[in-house]
Formats: sequence, C-alpha cells, structure tokens
Amino acid sequence: MGFYLRQRTIQSAISLLGLIVLVFFLARLTGNPADLFLPADTPQAIRDEYAARHGFDQPVIVQFGAYLMDLLRLDFGESLRDGTPALDYVLAAFPTTLLLSFWAMTISLTIAIVTGSVAAWHPGGVFDRIASLISLTGASIPNFWIAIVGVLVFSVWMRVLPTSGTGTPWHWILPVAVLFIRPCGVLVQVVRSSMLAAFASPYVKTARARGVRERAVIFVHALRNAMLPIITVAGDQAAGMINGAVIAETIFGFPGIGKLLIDAIMFRDFAVIQAAVMITAIAIFILNIGIDLLYSMLDPRVRHG
Amino acid sequence: MSDMTQTAPLRPESAVAESFMMLWRDKFAFVSALFLLLVTAAALFGPALLPDGAMTMNLRGRNAPPFEWERGWVYLLGADNLGRAVLARLVIASRYTLMIAVSAVLISLVAGTVLGLLAGYCRGRVETVIVRGADILMSFPSLLLALIVLFVLSPSVSNVVIVLAISRLAVYLRTCRAEVMEIRERQFVTAARALGASHARMIFIHILPNVIPTLMTLATLEFSAVMLSESSLSFLGLGVQAPAVTWGLMVAEGRGYLASAWWLSFWPGVAISLTAISANLLANWVRTATDPAQRWRLEWRAK
Amino acid sequence: MSSHLLEVRDLGVRFHTRAGVVDAVQNVSWHLDRGETLAILGESGSGKSVSASAIMGLIDMPPGEIHSGSITFDGRDMLNLTLAERRQVNGKRIAMIFQDPLAALNPVYSVGSQITESMIVHGVPPTEARKRAVALLDRVAIPEPERRFHEYPHQFSGGQRQRVMLAAAIAMQPDVLIADEPTSALDVTVQAEILKLLKTLQAETGMGILMITHDLGVVTEVADRVIVMRRGEVVEQGALSRVLTAPERPYTRQLLDAVPGRHGFAAREDRAKTETLLEVKNLSKFYGVTSGIMHTLTGREIRALNDVSLTLTKGEVLGIVGESGSGKSTLVNTLLGLTTPSQGEVLYRGQTMLSGDNRAMSKIRRNIQVVFQDPTASLNPRMSVRRIIAEPWAVHKGVLPRAQWRGRVAELLEQVGLSPDHADRYPHQFSGGQRQRIAIARALALQPEIIICDEAVSALDVSVQAQVIQLLKRLRQDHGLSYLFVAHDLPVVQDFADRVAVMQGGRIVETGRTEDIFERPEHPYTQKLLDSRPAEERERSRRKEIPA
Repeated sequence: MGFYLRQRTIQSAISLLGLIVLVFFLARLTGNPADLFLPADTPQAIRDEYAARHGFDQPVIVQFGAYLMDLLRLDFGESLRDGTPALDYVLAAFPTTLLLSFWAMTISLTIAIVTGSVAAWHPGGVFDRIASLISLTGASIPNFWIAIVGVLVFSVWMRVLPTSGTGTPWHWILPVAVLFIRPCGVLVQVVRSSMLAAFASPYVKTARARGVRERAVIFVHALRNAMLPIITVAGDQAAGMINGAVIAETIFGFPGIGKLLIDAIMFRDFAVIQAAVMITAIAIFILNIGIDLLYSMLDPRVRHG
Repeated sequence: MSDMTQTAPLRPESAVAESFMMLWRDKFAFVSALFLLLVTAAALFGPALLPDGAMTMNLRGRNAPPFEWERGWVYLLGADNLGRAVLARLVIASRYTLMIAVSAVLISLVAGTVLGLLAGYCRGRVETVIVRGADILMSFPSLLLALIVLFVLSPSVSNVVIVLAISRLAVYLRTCRAEVMEIRERQFVTAARALGASHARMIFIHILPNVIPTLMTLATLEFSAVMLSESSLSFLGLGVQAPAVTWGLMVAEGRGYLASAWWLSFWPGVAISLTAISANLLANWVRTATDPAQRWRLEWRAK
Repeated sequence: MSSHLLEVRDLGVRFHTRAGVVDAVQNVSWHLDRGETLAILGESGSGKSVSASAIMGLIDMPPGEIHSGSITFDGRDMLNLTLAERRQVNGKRIAMIFQDPLAALNPVYSVGSQITESMIVHGVPPTEARKRAVALLDRVAIPEPERRFHEYPHQFSGGQRQRVMLAAAIAMQPDVLIADEPTSALDVTVQAEILKLLKTLQAETGMGILMITHDLGVVTEVADRVIVMRRGEVVEQGALSRVLTAPERPYTRQLLDAVPGRHGFAAREDRAKTETLLEVKNLSKFYGVTSGIMHTLTGREIRALNDVSLTLTKGEVLGIVGESGSGKSTLVNTLLGLTTPSQGEVLYRGQTMLSGDNRAMSKIRRNIQVVFQDPTASLNPRMSVRRIIAEPWAVHKGVLPRAQWRGRVAELLEQVGLSPDHADRYPHQFSGGQRQRIAIARALALQPEIIICDEAVSALDVSVQAQVIQLLKRLRQDHGLSYLFVAHDLPVVQDFADRVAVMQGGRIVETGRTEDIFERPEHPYTQKLLDSRPAEERERSRRKEIPA
C-alpha cells in the first residue's frame, strides 16, 4: 500500500509548496507588500513603519523564511477591518462552505451515477440522448446566471425561496442547486463513458458467462471498475467546488469562504485573502490525499504497484 | 482479407466538401457551428451594422421590456435603465467576450503544446520540471488563482487574458504530453527512428500531426470553459472593467434590477450559455470526425 | 428430438450497423457430445466465435439478431430461455474461457473471490465454495493455492491467469467447456502446458470441449473433430485426421498449405564461400533497476542481452527464435541503432556500427532496413502511401532526386504486389497483409542488403502469412537480400530460414542449420520449444516424410 500513497502525497505536498511560493512572490511582485496589507490611503510614514515591523525591508530570502515560519504557526496576519487574526475569519467561514460543498457533491454524485449508468445501459437510446444533452447543457451554463434566474423565478416571481442568509433549510436550496449543476453535468458524462467501457469489457462478458445476475454484473463488476475514473474526476470537481462557492455565496449572502474572499478583495484585506487561499489549499491537499487513499483501496493494481 | 476495405482516395478539394457533409449529418453540431458563426460575425461586423443611437442614452426607451416590436429590432430584447438596447449591447460585448476567450485559448494552446511536446519528447529533467509546474497549476482551483493574481496585478483586459491562459495552460500541456508519450512509442515512430530521421522530422511529421486532432477538440472544449471563467471573473468585478463590456459584466450590471428589469441579466446569460453549449457540441463532433475509428458514424449515417 | 448434448442447427446471425446489415454467420450447424473436443477453425472475420456467443447469450441484441436456426442443449431450446433459466445453464452446465485472461478477469477482485463467485451464484455455500476454490487452484497447478487465493489478477503470469480462468470454469463441473482462443495470447511453451491441462481435465470430468481458434496447431493438438469456417459459413467439417489428410474443399487445402512448418526445410545452397555481411560480437545490454521518485539505482541489474554473438552472410536467412523476455527485441533495437549496447561490437562488412559519428552511421545503417510486427502500427496513419514509401529518401538526402520519387514508388508498389494507383491512399484503406506489403516496400526503398523482419508475419492470418513469406522469398532472389527473421515460434522459420538461433533469457542458447535445430536439438530449451509444437508436426518431422 505504501509506495503509491507516499508518491502521491509527496507530489501533492510539492504542489502545496509551489502555491505557497507563488503567493509569496505574487505579494512581492507589486513592490512593497505593505501596500497590499494596508488601506490605499495610508500615509507613507505608516507604510514604512509597517514594512519595517514586518521585515519587508529585509532581503527576500529572510522575508521568505519569516513567511514560512508564520505559515507553520498558521499566522497569516491581522484583518484590516478590525485587527482580529485573519485565521479566525477563515475558520469561522470554513464549515459553511464545507457543508455547502458536501451537499452539492453528494447530490451531484448520486444523480450522476444513476443517470450515467442508465444512459450507458442503452447507448444511443432515447434516455441516453436526452441525458447527454441535458448534462452537456448543465456543464455549459454559467452558475452565476443559474443563481440569478433561480432568484428571479423562485424568489422574485414565485416568492417561495429566500434570497439570502442561512437560517432555514429553505435557504440552502438555491445555493446547493447552483453549486451542484455544473459538476453534475461533468460527472454524468464521465460516469456514462466509464460505464460504457466497463460494460464492453471482457470481465463483464466473463461474469455473464458464469451466470451472474444482471444486477450483480452492473453493481459488483462494472460499477466497481468504473468508479476508478469517476472518483478521480469527482475529486477534481470537489476541489473546484470553491470556484462555485465564491459565486453562490456572493449572490446568496452565504457566510462561507467564498463570500469572505470576495469581501476581503473588495476591502483590499490581503491578510484575509492570503489566509483564505492557504486554508483552501490545505483543505484541497487533504482532499487529494483522501482521494488517493480511496483510489488505492479500490484498485489493487495501484496498491501493489 | 486481401481485398480493399473501403472508399476511394480523398482529394484535397473534396476533403472540405467531405467535412461539410460530415457536419451536416450531425444536426446538433451543424446548428452549433451555424450559431458560433453567427456570434463571430456579430462580433466582427455587428457594431458597424447597428443603427445610430442604439448605444446612446435614450430616455424614452428606459427599461423597455423585450418583445415590443414597435421600437425597432434593436430593442427586441429590451433596453436598460439608460435606454440602451440590450441586443446592441450584446453585440458590442460579444467583441470583448470572444476576443478574450479566443486569445486566452490560443496562448495556452500554443504554450501548452510546446511545453507538452518538450516534456513528452525530451523526457528526463526537462520533463520533471515541466510536469511539476503543471501539477502546481492544476492542483488548485483556477478561479481561486485568477482571483488572487488579478487582485495583485489589477484587472485589465490583457491581465485577464494572461491569467486565463496560464490557468488553463496545464490542461493542454498534460494532454499533449500524454499523447506524445503514447505516440512516440508507436511503431511508425520507431520505424522513423530506425531510418535515422531527425528530431525535427519526428516531431513535425510524425508526432505533431497525430496530436493536433486531440488538441483541436480540447481547444474547442476549452473555449467554452475559458469563456465561463472570464464571465465569472467579470461577474465578480475582477475581470474586464467598465466602460469595456463583456456578457459576464452585463449579467452583473443587471443584477441590481432583477425585480424591475429581469431581461438585463437574462439575455447575456443566454448568450453565454448558448455559445458554451455550441462549443461543447462542436467539440464532440470534432472528436468523432477526427477519430478514424469513429468517423464512420458521420460518414455513413446518410443511408 | 436431438440426440446430441449440444446441437447448433442452421444458425444465422446478423448485425444491424449504420453501414447496413452485416451477416456474421449463416447456415452454421454442428454438434458436440460429452467427452469429445470439437474445434472451430477460422481466420479473422470468419465468424468462428459467433455460435459460441449465441449459445451463451452473449450477443448484444440489438444490434445483433439471430434470424434463423436453433440451438439445443440437453433437449432444451437455448435461444428461448428466460434470464433465470439462462443463469442456470451459464457457468453451471456450460462454462467459457476467453482469449485474454488479464482482461477477462476483473482487475479489482482477488482471483479467489472470482472463482468462488462462479460457485456461489449457483448456490454453493460460501465456506464450501472457498474450500473448493483453493482445491481448484491446486488442481490447475497454481503453487501455494492458500496464499495466492487472496492475490489479484495482475500478480499472476499470463499462463497462470488462464489457469485461474480454467479453475473458475470447471468449478461447477460443466458438461461443456467453450474455449475461445484460450492460448493465442500466450508464449508457445505456456500454450502447450495449458492445452495439456485442458486435456487432462477433460479426461477427468468427461466434459465436451468446444475449441475456437485460428491456429491449426492447437486444433491438431486437442480436437477430435474440426469445423473450418470462412466468411461466416462452414467450409468443411469432419474428423480431424480426415480433414488433415484429405481435405475436400480448396479453402481447407489452401489453409493447410499456408501453415508454416509443413513443407520441410528451405532449399539450401552452399553459402560457405559468400561474404559475411553482419557480425555481432559478444553483445550485452544491462539495465539498472531504479526505484523511488528520484529514480535512484538499486544496484540490481536486468540483463536484457547477455554475450550474444552471431553472423549473417550475403543472401542468408537467419531465424532468431525466442519467447517474450528472451532479449530478441533488444537485439533488434541494438542492430537498428535504437539502443546502445553496454558491451560488445556490431560490424557491417567489417566496419563498426556503434561509433558516435552520426553521418558515417547513417550511411551504413542505410543497408539495414526493418519490417515490424504490426503493420497497422508501423505506418503513420496520417501519411499517404506515397509519402510513407518515399520517407527514406526524404531522410537520406541525395540517395534519389525528388523528381524520380513518384516513378520509384510505383515500381516498389509493383514489386510488393500492389498497384501503383494505391500510392495516394492512406494506410487504413488497406488490409493487414497489404499494409505489411507497404512496410516491405518502404524497407526496400534504400536498396538495403539486410532486412530485419521483427515478427513481421506474427500478426497476420496464416493464409496472408504464407503470401507475405512468399513475397519475402521472391524479393530475396530478385535483390540478393539477407534476412534476420525474428519470431516467437519455431514452425514459422522452418521452411524459410537457412540457420536458426534460439534465444532465452538474453542469451543465444543454440545456433545451427535449420535441419539440425529441428532434428537434433541439443539445448533442453530448444527441445522444449520443439515439443510445444502440435503433435502432428512433431510426428511429421520425426518421420521426415515430407519431401523437401
């Protein structure tokens, strides 16, 4: 089990490190990073003082060392708005986004596996054609527009769903809907093609020749193999949830990481932006390791490779 | 088994006709191609064809609802709070929308292909460095990266193009590299090597022509992905800034008038969706048409 | 009422494709009883597997359609079973094994669970099934069955995987075993072992075997009766000995004639006086084994080639025979300059072929050309035949002025038996045999002295194989060519090669004149290879009854 996982973990860690370096140099790209952390109208004297206090006048390598040490202590600096640590903001917002993504992902996967499998059962049939067209459409419609049309129809015209907040389950319906449509469209197509490949495979033929029930052929033999490409794509989609979350949370006033990020950008609150990006990156790092773990559990070839 | 299997030789002039017939046989793809052509024409020539005054303020046309024929065809889709026709603005916005998407796709296509060829063909350390770089780009959500980069660099049309190009570059790079690695192990490449063919010959005559169809399919798919990303960025206010306008920005601008003038946000979203769907449908067709094993589906459907 | 255990009568199957209706088989009739083996022999596209798929209900309908005929098994109509009735037959009374056991075994389940599955679905209690599965693994000669029960298909060798498939197939002691090309993906020595195992199991259980194959060798080894199929129709059927000795139909005769190794040895000329073209001296190639992300050397080495020496004289055909992993591909790659050897020397007419001087090497290499195994893969699908054949001149500038390319391509196409009109077509418009002819034309373009045939006929149907070898023989006479003919099997080289070198584990274990190798093999591995040939051919070469 060890080799593959170790390999993948190291790769993910290298990517995480790459992002950390990227953010550091981006912040220095503009000249004085103090400009990023301070409001635009700050007098020069305060800027200089801030730069000196945070070591921005030191050589780049020293700065990088300090930056890494801060990261290790999860110290991302203080928010411009009220001076509370940026990390606190992020940790407060994180569970909301996590829960939102969880529901969206669960619904996506469930719908995708059912629809994709049924579509692959009779490729070229009526259901397959309709499912393909709908999934392709779902993967092509911008999610902010879905959100706006959703608000228009269900809140403005029908007045059945609230437009912002998190109070009741009703508040979650539109954001989850906005978030799940695109990944679901992508996943239906992946499930369909990997189920098609599995149905056409010799081991399915073998199972039928052995007298295995058709239901077991589908669920025991075909789906288990088709799951391998599916979880890889599902992992990418889960990581990409933050893209949709930024949109959905902004539109529906949902207090998650996405809204925090956009608000921070509007306030030019760099400490919070940096913290949000890093924590998201770490979450994705953990997600990737989870996916790899799942993959190696499902595929013995990888486990022994 | 010794007889000819099929079809007469293709002459170059009939190849164009052949492609057209194949497109005609896939009705979805045909309609998609027509729509994309229409959008392109609108972007190129549309602004010149708009009647005078369609883009200026027009107080009598303020918040005109759609489908009121008496105002003239430019007002077909309604007008905004300044009386500017939505249809006219859509045509103007299509310029930036398409230009940004097309240039970002072209930049990442070219750069990704070159890097992918290098990585797949050279192997060794060059490959490791390139692949690790791509891993870093791919392992974090593109919108997140674009947001932070545009925050630091300030949003402008050229920055948006560069950010989108870089964030999608890894897709081409990985695909190209995987294809190159597969093709360079095929026997016809080995045969060319055994013949003593130069590296240039191997890459440009043997490998690249076999990679290009896949990259074309990918570029068509990516066109819609990039357009959606640009719309999201513009919608969030980190993309193109006014007075320049894209469809994504139009949706954002109309958001405040949802209750009074829903058409302001609705139509640009429809434009984005239809263009993205068309590109995706066309990509499916390109994939089938360029795959010798799948091509028959389009060639023989007429019977 | 049928008196046979399994009987197929007037079966007709067609497929509805977008290209129109394709008849897969028509008027196919045969029967099978307990204890006997029936072989269906046919080349690709003959429809030899279709009746078996129909029996097992494995034809997808649509697009398939069984439009005529009947199949009865043990008095039951097999074409009108409910799904539940079908499951009672499949796996329990009729079992099936397939060509590629790696693909036919589900990669994500242990082999043990796949064998037990074949029992559990037919009502055997799981604990009992598990016990029997271990016994079955033992029965098909998998060592350490208790431990290997828990391992996955990718951890087994090709031959072992087919043994596992067999174990699962015989688990319910079926009355009929259908084997669809069960040994085509395996090395010859392994193939012989599997066939032997099949016969032993048949003797023990008394099951009837339906063997579907393209390989006459397999047929002669196991069959009692044989059906020859071509283009979806039965050409001939009868007792094996009758069909082999007195074929009634021209196609059967042609097929039998085409099988290599049935025509004695190549007519020999004395080559002692002719010049030596190619000399390989003590050639070795070692690969270091790496591990980890940094690809560090572990100190272990794989010896792909180990002290290999051989010579090739003008006009000679040297057969190089070895199974997978014998080092024959590494040898070919070294001779083509695709791999640098670790030690040793390769001389062409006394000049080294291993110097770093690219220009000089390119001049020498011109004289050695190659024809690869898979004609589909060895031609660039996006180049016209004209460009493919002219490529050697594009690479070796100055050999032929561009103005003459067109005419020369036409000449070459004619030499290999194709029409000059074919020059503007693309590879996918040709059949496998024709593609191999194109590859040969390309090899001839630089007028080489040596052509390396790297398994050049292994991917072709036997009748096509014979035609291509015929072409190679003619070209050798017309152009004074020498061949290095690499193959995984002995019979192919028997009537073509002047001398044979047998390779195993990176070494040449035995070299000699073809007759000597076939009649007086010295090395045990050569003997094993010869013993893996079908019984009938062993018999023939022992009695030496065939006129040379």
